[in-house]
Amino acid sequence: MTVRVQTDDFDAGREIAALRAGDARVGAVATFIGTVRDVNDAAHVVTLTLEHYPGMTEQALEAIVAEARTRFDIFDALVIHRVGTLAPADQIVLVAVTSAHRGEAFDACRFLMDYLKTRAPFWKKETTPQGARWVDARASDDEAAARWEPPSVPR
Amino acid sequence: MPDSRNSAITVHLVYLARLREAFGRAGEPLTLPGADSSVAALLAALRERGGSFGLELATGRAVRVAVNHALVATDAALRDGDEVALFPPVTGG
Repeated sequence: MTVRVQTDDFDAGREIAALRAGDARVGAVATFIGTVRDVNDAAHVVTLTLEHYPGMTEQALEAIVAEARTRFDIFDALVIHRVGTLAPADQIVLVAVTSAHRGEAFDACRFLMDYLKTRAPFWKKETTPQGARWVDARASDDEAAARWEPPSVPR
Repeated sequence: MPDSRNSAITVHLVYLARLREAFGRAGEPLTLPGADSSVAALLAALRERGGSFGLELATGRAVRVAVNHALVATDAALRDGDEVALFPPVTGG
């Protein structure tokens, strides 16, 4: 399991190759890359700055990966999340998962992103032509994360 | 032996993202009387300051709390020396 928080960009191909290197059990690699969009909520994004909580961030990401390992039959997982100031089209986050078959890899990758979006201590601040503003959390992210919980059983 | 359950405790507050800007500081120590040293009591104590604290921590405002780097609910108990971070809902990824 590898979790990294860094300002530098990442090379997804190289990271994926390293993730599955030497493990011929791997039959599936699922990946997600999040990138900076140029328009958010009707405003043009000039820059996006990512803040995080040093001391908690890596720990939170490791806990999310550990949770994924208990839920899904995967071999390994990688999360790289950038912080600092980014521009439209820049890469923000890479999540990669290896497993024997695609079902577990796809599900684990989605789970990791849904939990990262609602539990990992990062905050985005956009600068637009109208000034700087903090990005609001989305209800859809909470809904996505909630879908991984078992439905409550009515009494 | 003194009863430590009712001793005052001091926690180290950390404010992140938009809350840091609203409160005008990155953090501060806070001493709570020992009778109720829960996260809820800490939030109530901060709310009493009024101003941006009263506004941002009002009932119904979405504030997340982490104690020693773990997310907690507002009924969580606090101990002397704890690091308590207050922050808006996260927006990473």
